[in-house]
Amino acid sequence: MFELLGIPPQVLLGQLLLGLINGSFYAVLSLGLAVIFGLLNIINFAHGALYMMGAFVAWMLLNYLGIGYWWALILAPLITGAFGILLERTMLSRLYHLDHLYGLLLTFGLALIIQGLFRNYYGISGLPYRIPDLLSGGNNLGFMFLPNYRAWVVVASAAICFGTWFMIEKTRLGAYLRAATENPVLVGAFGINVPLLIMLTYGFGVALAGFAGVLAAPIYSVNPNMGADLIIVVFAVVVIGGMGSIMGAILTGYMLGLVEGLTRVFYPEGSAVVIFVIMAIVLLIKPEGLFGRAA
Amino acid sequence: MVPETTGMPKLHMAIFAILFVFLVALPFFVYPIFAMKVMCFALFAAALNLLLGFGGLLSFGHAAYFGGASYVAAHAAKVWGLTPELAVLCGTAAAAFLGLVIGSLAVRRQGIYFAMVTLAFAQMVYFLALQLPFTGGEDGIQSVPRNPLFGVFSMETNIPLYFFVLAVTFGGILFIYRIVHSPFGQVLKAIRENEPRAISLGYDVNRYKLMVFVLSATFAGLAGATKSQVFQLASLTDVHWSMSGEVVLMTLLGGMGTIFGPLAGAAIVVTMQNYLATFGAWVTVIQGVIFVLGVLLFREGLIGVLARWFKRPL
Repeated sequence: MFELLGIPPQVLLGQLLLGLINGSFYAVLSLGLAVIFGLLNIINFAHGALYMMGAFVAWMLLNYLGIGYWWALILAPLITGAFGILLERTMLSRLYHLDHLYGLLLTFGLALIIQGLFRNYYGISGLPYRIPDLLSGGNNLGFMFLPNYRAWVVVASAAICFGTWFMIEKTRLGAYLRAATENPVLVGAFGINVPLLIMLTYGFGVALAGFAGVLAAPIYSVNPNMGADLIIVVFAVVVIGGMGSIMGAILTGYMLGLVEGLTRVFYPEGSAVVIFVIMAIVLLIKPEGLFGRAA
Repeated sequence: MVPETTGMPKLHMAIFAILFVFLVALPFFVYPIFAMKVMCFALFAAALNLLLGFGGLLSFGHAAYFGGASYVAAHAAKVWGLTPELAVLCGTAAAAFLGLVIGSLAVRRQGIYFAMVTLAFAQMVYFLALQLPFTGGEDGIQSVPRNPLFGVFSMETNIPLYFFVLAVTFGGILFIYRIVHSPFGQVLKAIRENEPRAISLGYDVNRYKLMVFVLSATFAGLAGATKSQVFQLASLTDVHWSMSGEVVLMTLLGGMGTIFGPLAGAAIVVTMQNYLATFGAWVTVIQGVIFVLGVLLFREGLIGVLARWFKRPL
């Protein structure tokens, strides 16, 4: 095989794949944030903690109840989504008439509680979660080795992103949602139950985070801190993309994952900060974000 | 009514005077290091409050200036052998510069985005603190020497150091008080209350925001730099996002937009951490619970409630 700028293609493609996987998580998480923000005008700081919770629920289902990966992939998002609905009903819904910053502060507090509780009971060393049998092993593509599970993560996240986009942009329910985002009072006057819509939207956004958590469980160890640092990167992704468009959130997520992967090949020291540097550049050139509408 | 800009009301002067006398006596009754820690955090929270309470801008990344300054000050004292006042000055200047760079980018977005941008840049500073050659990675900068103040007064024992810290933090807090009650502070309040109107009155809103951001970062840096001299240490804890959250918690608990709230909030949170240190991760949970309860039930904060009872700004 040829070499590109002195980089063996295995290394390049391997890092690109890794970037694509990170990008999958960025995409699903920033999609959830964008969906929630669209209707609730709240930035869900607890998103990282709920992602972590999704991974833990999958781990608990397996270790306490013997329920395997495939059921967990459905059940864990439902459970975290239900938990999200509980949070929305009991706490968040009391803040809608206030400055949006209070929503950020409240969800930050919730994130501390959730992370702290899991840290108390499960420590910080991380728990292993085995790759399901069906997806263990991998394929040699000739130019690189592709582990099956990683390919599955990319496919599954792309499918869930596409499904969400389709639901919001192309279905009647999505039309209600978009209308309520524009003008909740008017949509309520047409007889649509807006508070219910808000509740379900928050639940759905949280379920997306839970889904990402289950996907992540076999790759990264299940760890109470797994969401904390990730969510800050996702915030930067959201600032870069702008939360105005669903497709924008998805594309930015994948794109930045790939950029991060490329940076790891050519300038490894910069890989931790490259997304923040891009954020700075975007703020200079197009402050409303790549896909954002002018504020 | 007497306009607020014509000097300090008697009540505030009295409170500051009592506080000062109390703080002068304090090191003879409690462990001086603990008292110094409280004072550093009180200044830190007051700096955040200048931005959040009076400017209406939520920065979720103030650890960057606090911790960044503590690294620079620790480096200056240890490697360059500078005296404490110069080391603190170096750290503070570094924080001001960092505040200028990050602030000029962050003021381009409003509201929630502003909070996210400041948080993201602070995380970048965290990674830099982890990776740069002079920061010592996971260890931080340890055993920073306590050089003599002005090259003359020994700072080896805690009591002289305590009075240095008292002078710096108390002076900083009075300075912030002065800023809030200056014409500049009045414009800030106008922007906080009604930004479009301030713009239509001809104020360059983004410039005011940037100025208050830099001032706030500078005082946060002053607090962090001073703390590094007290603990003889600069560590990743000081630049971590949880530190940014803690200082927001102090301000929220004491009362955003009050004068004495951040001081009270800092005292409570630091004391709580001190007594609950043995409970490990439960401290995080308790802080989270206070956050949630504070936002849901107690948005005025402690001093805010007192101010409402006494019908006086406190």
